[in-house]
Amino acid sequence: MNTKTEVLTDLEMSSIIQEARWRVIDTVAASKAGHIGGPMSAMDVLVSLYFKHMRIDPNNPRNPERDRFILSKGHCAIGLYTVLALRGYFPVEELATFDHGNSRLQGHPDMLLTPGVDASTGSLGQGLSSGAGMALGAKKLGKDFHTWVMLGDGELGEGMVWETVLSAPRFGLDNLTAIVDVNGLQQYGWPAGPRDRFDRSEPVGHVDLEAVFTGFGWNTISINGHDLKEISDALTFAQSFRGVSGKPTAIISNTTKGFGVSFTSGTYKWHNGIATEEQLRTAREELGQKMESVK
Amino acid sequence: MSTKAQRQVWGETLSELSELDERILVLDGDLATSTRADIIAESHPEKFIQVGIAEQNIVGMAFGLSTLGYRPWLSSFGVFFTNRALDQVRMLVSQTKAPVRIAAAYSGLLNGSSGKTHQDIEDFAIMRAMPNMTVIAPADATEARAAIKWVADYDGPVYIRFARDAVQDVFDEDYVFAPHKPVVLRHGTDLTVVSTGVQTSRVAQALDSLEQEGITAKHIHVPMLKPLDDQELLQELRSAPLIVTVEEHSVLGGLGGLVCELTAGSEEPARVTRLGLADHWSESAPNEFLLDKYGLSPAKVAEHIKATLKSRK
Ligand SMILES: Cc1ncc(C[n+]2csc(CCOP(=O)(O)OP(=O)(O)O)c2C)c(N)n1
Ligand SMILES: [Mg+2]
Repeated sequence: MNTKTEVLTDLEMSSIIQEARWRVIDTVAASKAGHIGGPMSAMDVLVSLYFKHMRIDPNNPRNPERDRFILSKGHCAIGLYTVLALRGYFPVEELATFDHGNSRLQGHPDMLLTPGVDASTGSLGQGLSSGAGMALGAKKLGKDFHTWVMLGDGELGEGMVWETVLSAPRFGLDNLTAIVDVNGLQQYGWPAGPRDRFDRSEPVGHVDLEAVFTGFGWNTISINGHDLKEISDALTFAQSFRGVSGKPTAIISNTTKGFGVSFTSGTYKWHNGIATEEQLRTAREELGQKMESVK
Repeated sequence: MSTKAQRQVWGETLSELSELDERILVLDGDLATSTRADIIAESHPEKFIQVGIAEQNIVGMAFGLSTLGYRPWLSSFGVFFTNRALDQVRMLVSQTKAPVRIAAAYSGLLNGSSGKTHQDIEDFAIMRAMPNMTVIAPADATEARAAIKWVADYDGPVYIRFARDAVQDVFDEDYVFAPHKPVVLRHGTDLTVVSTGVQTSRVAQALDSLEQEGITAKHIHVPMLKPLDDQELLQELRSAPLIVTVEEHSVLGGLGGLVCELTAGSEEPARVTRLGLADHWSESAPNEFLLDKYGLSPAKVAEHIKATLKSRK
């Protein structure tokens, strides 16, 4: 199966990540709908997964041996679509149909429509259970693929997440990895206190997530989710435990919501938003992009 | 003439009412900037409780607060109450008659391109099936405001729809909200159209255009689907040559279902056709596209009515 024949350098990875961030903000502006902050914060991890770590087959998206990825924070769909397009699952031009009528690229990921989308999401809190089911199925069938689930830090408010956190270790799902994108903001949340990083309170600022996951019986690792080396080490670590540790792995990925563009970075106000022409120019410049806006 | 979005009316009216009514609280599921509960969060921070992205927890806490005399309003997309937190609504609100107010934001099909995961097109069916539940779908900003005020003084569970985007006004300033009553908006003889929620505004536009072509319809708006004065609605439907129901909802179990249940049991069952989402999910797209594709735009409603009238002759 996989995947890339050549191994990408960090520089090449960075350039894909920057292009992806640009396409997110540009596509959302053109479609006049969609989320910005969450896709931007998650992008380093998403690209690392799809361009380096996941065992995938873009030409055969339903290959039964493929790694599974579930974007539990489904509102960040445009981030996933951008990576899937750049990875060759469908033409990059198709991004322009995002959120248009009759499109394969829905506001939230739809496994029936989009090549490469392994599970439908959009109602928060449900992805980790779906992933646990896939991981359990793999064990039962003796398949050696990995299931990756990305969650938001605000999403951790949903009770269903914790049903899976409690039960996954019981099933010995060392082929399941939860990546929590701790970007420090949700949509609205609470007023910021003195210890908060941004303009609203951190959804899980009062929680020792590492201790929580470890306490529930998970392997746990915290990283800077904008550092390619740390991301790569963590993903490798999770993979190396498959079939060995008997425990699922949680990666606490510390990031900044809206990362990569000055005006979207570290503010709840860009949870979603439509960039103006001038903002698009700024974003393009800051992300080092030459290409024109699709508008 | 037009007007505010219902969600904004909700935020403003609640903020106003909470000046005088100490029982009011708003529990938010991290969507206040969408539902416009942020208006009250800013004007009365002590009345606003950010529970987090945890709708089931919201319903449980609202029930608990209600036992102490509070009358909590819940803020999230309607779909996450009618579906995600349904068991909690069922046991803790409907079965206890708790005065919890479910403000169903972004109701129906039009929710800013979020698509089928967020479109609540089965809420009437679900909530109508809940004993003790009051189910309201205002037509416009004016009726929304009047209904909110009525709800504030009502001691029981309420489910009330609020549309995301403004619609053309149906009612003027001095409209008086009459609970349980159908509202006759216009008279006509060719058929009777029954609608609810903001779809009533689009139906009114459709009927305006049909009148230009010489087709006259009686138009009945049903702002409160439950409890409803059945006898009065039946009376209004009597001897209608044809009944067309129109709703931003599935054709199963909502207003169309309600009218069929009623008329089927009456002395003179009438022919009813139901307009709404057929038995399928919708998609992400701009409002105009969705209304057109799923047959709910004024033009599509008018077309349907003409075609139905023609097929009868
Ligand atoms: C069950 C459910 N409740 C509410 C929402 C609405 N919603 C979409 S995104 C969001 C905030 C998510 O915050 P977080 O999980 O931190 O994601 P990120 O910061 O990565 O965007 C909310 C409340 C939803 N999609 N699903
Ligand atoms: Mg977040």
